[in-house]
Amino acid sequence: MYREFADRNFIIVAVALDTGGPDAVREFIRPREPIVVPAPMQAIMGWSAEQYAGAAAPSYPCLIDEKHIVAELYDMKNVPMAVWIDEEGRIVRPAEPAGATDGFRSMDRKTFTLPKGVADAGRASRARYTAALRDWIERGARSRFVLSEEDARDRVAGPTATDALAAATFRLGQYLRERGEPDLAKRWFDAAAQLCPDRWTYFRQALQLQEVGKASGPEFQAKVRSLGDRKYYEEIRLDET
Amino acid sequence: MSVTLIYGDRAADVPGVAQRGEDVWVSLEDLAVLTGWEHKPQGLCLGERCVPIPPAHRDEWIGADGRFNLAAFARYLGQPVVHDDTACVWLFGESAEARGRTLRSLAAPDFRLPDLDGNLHSLAAYRGKKVLLLSWASW
Repeated sequence: MYREFADRNFIIVAVALDTGGPDAVREFIRPREPIVVPAPMQAIMGWSAEQYAGAAAPSYPCLIDEKHIVAELYDMKNVPMAVWIDEEGRIVRPAEPAGATDGFRSMDRKTFTLPKGVADAGRASRARYTAALRDWIERGARSRFVLSEEDARDRVAGPTATDALAAATFRLGQYLRERGEPDLAKRWFDAAAQLCPDRWTYFRQALQLQEVGKASGPEFQAKVRSLGDRKYYEEIRLDET
Repeated sequence: MSVTLIYGDRAADVPGVAQRGEDVWVSLEDLAVLTGWEHKPQGLCLGERCVPIPPAHRDEWIGADGRFNLAAFARYLGQPVVHDDTACVWLFGESAEARGRTLRSLAAPDFRLPDLDGNLHSLAAYRGKKVLLLSWASW
């Protein structure tokens, strides 16, 4: 999709919220070997192997945010989340899940497959988001997906004083880790996650720094289950305007 | 002893800092260098903005030795203050109020971050284009 619109005055700026730094993200941005995506994952994303191959070598800037500063500045609680910024540098859609859904919660942990209806709904959600983005790229301010200033402001909920404290707490952990004090750092990462349990960026980053892969492991799955009826990804509100 | 103070984007090892509980005292010179806040007759000033020292806070903010209680001042401004006493590091974050005001202005906050090769990119460099700012993670 990006290549289709790269000459339309449009750019993607991808930001990896990764305290692990370049080593944590290198294989995702510039893989040495083509990424082999298991068929069930292809089904979940609704992408062909060719689309994955194309996505694996992006031509847009892929930035690395060890301090999660973009999450703090734009109030992102999770990934993937996206913000639309117009030519004048104005936010026309604040941070929202970029088409991601809670479908993964009904994945069969043995076969890594989704019930058909869930997989279809996930693909449909991503398609709706992509179509909205396409509409904005083509029509600019006339797109019905561009929020009025009032609506955009209404969607900016945070941050609260606790959010600000958690952001400072996380950054203290990141600083100590960078300085070579991982044990001291861990206490602060965990403290940030406890201060704001609904900010998955802290919780999952803290797990991943303990051990690669732990961010999707049993502790994460248990916390997702404990949401019960509540959403992991907030429902995206595309059609209210 | 030397204490690491992190204020905004700046981090500095500052000698002659006194830590006492939730308070940390720095010289007025170090305050200005690290934070930009300067002690003037009208109060504490950062550029055009001045915060008068409330009489009730004078003794809490300004010590007998002339040093300034940066932690108390930051708390007064609503900034989060966190410190690791083992590592002797203090970090002063942005207040929720300031962050919220910026977000609700709908002006996209700028940032500068490196790519895989260490080249820095700023968001402002893409002014004039529509930008999809997209977060992801390896985890």
